[in-house]
Amino acid sequence: MTQGLWPALLGRFDWQALPFVRAWETPTVSEIIGAGAASIVIVGAIGLMALLTYLHAWRYLWKEWLTSLDHKRIGIMYVVLAFVMLSRALVEAVLMRMQQASAIDAPGFVEPDHFAQLFSTHGSIMIFFMAMPFLTGVINYVTPLQIGARDVAFPLLNSISLWLTGGAAGLMMVSLVIGRFSTGGWSGYPPYTELAFSPDVGPDYWIWAVTLGSVASTLTGLNFATTIYKMRCPGMTLMRMPLFVWTALCTSILMIFAMPPLTVATALLALDRYLGAHFFTNDLGGNMMMYANLFWLFGHPEVYILILPAFGVYSEVVSTFSSKELYGYTSLVLATMAIAVLSFTVWVHHFFTMGQNANLNAVFGIATMTIGVPTGVKIYDWIWTMFRGEVRFTVPMLYSLAFMMTFVLGGFTGILLAFPPLDYLVHNTLFLVAHFHNMLIPGTLYGMLAAYHYWFPKAFGFRLNERWGRISFGCWVVGFYTAFMPLYVLGASGAARRTQAFYEPAFRPWLYVAGVGALILLGALASLFVQLWISIRDRDANRVFAGDPWDGRGLEWSVSAPPPEFNYAVLPQVAARDPFFDGKRAGDPYAAPATYEDIEVPRNSMTGPVIGIVGAALAFALVWHIWWLAILCALGIVAAVIARSFARDVHRTVTAAEVARIDRHWRAAVAEAKPIPRHIETTSANRGLAEVPA
Amino acid sequence: MTALALLPLGGCAALKLGVVNHAGPVAAGQWHLYLIVGAVLVFVAGPVLLLVPIVAWHYRLANKDSAFSPKWNFSWSLEGLIWIPPTGIVIGLGILLWHYTHRLDPYRPIASAQAPLEVQAVALDWKWLFLYPDQHIATVNELDIPVGRPVHIRLTSGTVMQSLLIPQLAGQIYAMAGMTSQLNLEASRAGVFRGENAQFNGQGFQAEKFDVIARTPAAFATWVGRVQASNHPLDAAATATIFRRSVLPHPVAFSAAPDDLFRRVLARSQESRR
Ligand SMILES: [Cu+2]
Ligand SMILES: [Cu+2]
Repeated sequence: MTQGLWPALLGRFDWQALPFVRAWETPTVSEIIGAGAASIVIVGAIGLMALLTYLHAWRYLWKEWLTSLDHKRIGIMYVVLAFVMLSRALVEAVLMRMQQASAIDAPGFVEPDHFAQLFSTHGSIMIFFMAMPFLTGVINYVTPLQIGARDVAFPLLNSISLWLTGGAAGLMMVSLVIGRFSTGGWSGYPPYTELAFSPDVGPDYWIWAVTLGSVASTLTGLNFATTIYKMRCPGMTLMRMPLFVWTALCTSILMIFAMPPLTVATALLALDRYLGAHFFTNDLGGNMMMYANLFWLFGHPEVYILILPAFGVYSEVVSTFSSKELYGYTSLVLATMAIAVLSFTVWVHHFFTMGQNANLNAVFGIATMTIGVPTGVKIYDWIWTMFRGEVRFTVPMLYSLAFMMTFVLGGFTGILLAFPPLDYLVHNTLFLVAHFHNMLIPGTLYGMLAAYHYWFPKAFGFRLNERWGRISFGCWVVGFYTAFMPLYVLGASGAARRTQAFYEPAFRPWLYVAGVGALILLGALASLFVQLWISIRDRDANRVFAGDPWDGRGLEWSVSAPPPEFNYAVLPQVAARDPFFDGKRAGDPYAAPATYEDIEVPRNSMTGPVIGIVGAALAFALVWHIWWLAILCALGIVAAVIARSFARDVHRTVTAAEVARIDRHWRAAVAEAKPIPRHIETTSANRGLAEVPA
Repeated sequence: MTALALLPLGGCAALKLGVVNHAGPVAAGQWHLYLIVGAVLVFVAGPVLLLVPIVAWHYRLANKDSAFSPKWNFSWSLEGLIWIPPTGIVIGLGILLWHYTHRLDPYRPIASAQAPLEVQAVALDWKWLFLYPDQHIATVNELDIPVGRPVHIRLTSGTVMQSLLIPQLAGQIYAMAGMTSQLNLEASRAGVFRGENAQFNGQGFQAEKFDVIARTPAAFATWVGRVQASNHPLDAAATATIFRRSVLPHPVAFSAAPDDLFRRVLARSQESRR
């Protein structure tokens, strides 16, 4: 079989690569779980296709969504992707905790190799295909609206970014069905991921999925930095931008500078694996410390790429639901920029234990603690924003409060880890796992969920169910503490992370509690889906077409919900920091414009989907060494780019008459809506028009 | 579920395996540092943990007695309060960090009247090989040390990167192929302490644990003599077996080990490096 047609056609694929075949030959629980997961992917994909065909939705989906260059639709698709991937990665987390709870001096039900794939996919997905798409989606949706723009600077590039991310996520899904994933964790440290130790396809799946994702994020960074610099409406000076825009800007800049080191690291690793280079191998001059430096040169700023947008969301949410101006705006901007810059100066704290000298470790330890100052300032700024306000405990506000209390505990353990002598004790243990979940769950996930609840009515025109929102919130918070506090104890007791079995009966109670916590977190996710279902069912009772359900402050609340394709019938003029909020109090923010003009919007394009899908196929071909397909796909991408460059007619005009019709329809609805006071904003009385207290 | 009920009692058993139950000067120093930093951090986290719920609840919409000033957004004195004390705390912690990072540097020899016991550790899949160059013996998955005498470990890896962790004695350091790293530790009382590899390295990772057995100097000398007399040398065949990827069911001791084994493992990848 090594010669001939088969390898030429299918590379190194053989039937053993299919989990069904493996489960048939050795029907262990572990293999059956693998085959089950693969079946879910296949049945899910087939079921989805069948449903779309049944509903005759293909055409609609393709024309209105998949090829759309509208930043709002792209944003929503990113968030949908994030929820799908969140579901998979959370189920994997539960599997791991169940395995560990059942494997105390016992083998458990997930085999070591399968377990290693679980933690590798869990980490890779949560970072690259859950958190990144989620925040990119929110930035996509919100930023242009907040700066009074009609779209982003490069709408086509935006679609390409989305589709590269989607293609990479698809590759992660394919790895469940064909072959296996890496066992090298989300950081993919060589030499373990080199051919000598991992000759299978796993690390290649990891390399190409991460590479596609990081290229997409670099492009997103470029796109949004340009958008924020160049596309602000008249009067929107830098120091009048909503804080979310500031964090989106800093995150974009971090993406531009932090993603390339990752791309270089994965590319060099690919050169090692594909062309026999020796950048990170044990022999012939390779040195994996170079990889560690490159990876964490990305990896540390990455945590701030993940956390900064959430900080922006909290700033918006706390201010809106306290009915108050943000306290210390300048302070918050400075703190955000300080964090962005400092985040590049601390990467060595990820390998204090590699044996460099004490001076170096101490410098990087102190630099790490320094970030605590601007972060602490931010938290106090939010507290002073609530101070002398009128705080409403809506779901996004609850997430913000839970974040402040929980994040500060994560900061506490982060300072402990910043001390090299203490890092020696708990590095690579469950203490570390507890710490970064303690930062990322409140610092990213809660932030994105707050954003989801806060801007959902804007995006879809109806509010999410409040009761199920609270249930889900309760589960996230209780589940977080039950699942991760035990890990601090276990880590301080020397329990290594990524361990498939334990040999210490003393760990048992803590592992049980953590397992229960994981189940509660699963319940939290389930309640989010229940909430979505119920909210869609009851959508007519909760419509907020007038567009301002929370007595909002920024420009995004000054248009209908959902906003028209072109965002603003007439581009706004801004004279202060909270233009819409102040406008409502100073006069009539709903005064109709005198005239309307034609508006150009980008035409749909299939370039994005083509590049994303062909890019994923290229990656797949490289994973399996199917060279003919790889060459074909590479040519296909070049051809798609060339073909697009011939397209001249890339805009579509919405005529002034059409704009006027859409705008007048909305203004009529606003005129009809009854303004509601804040204490009943979570009831059906809320039609999206806020009462302005005298 | 009974385990859950017993948590308050049984929970502490886990901590006994860690630095809380330290058994040597390095880990004792680390624990001491833990307590100092933890105490300082209470003053950092405490105000936030108190203020967030108090402020949010007091200024809730339904409370009509609380002041409302929607335009209030800045105060220099508050600004001073939230920038200056945290900066001061970080400077203080920075000085502490600098001092302790040097004091507890794993490369720093432990001050003692006795010369340290030299040990060479080689990380293998999935086991640790410990060579005692002065005693010319070797062990696998068991580290034997005398109480009260510093131990100086030089580490390298014969395979992928691993991390040697002994929570009750000294924490951890990475072992990497073609490079050496060092760890200094000392046991202040006799006992059996757990050691492990903390960096994932494949299939047998979870089984890569070993006992650190600290004995009185006399008992240690007896143990060395017994191993040397056991006529079970680490010859070429035994070395090949040990270096193969596998999990060993029991710890092994070798009566004689080649003096240059550590250097040879190191050179395997280093020769080509030069
Ligand atoms: Cu996780
Ligand atoms: Cu970091």
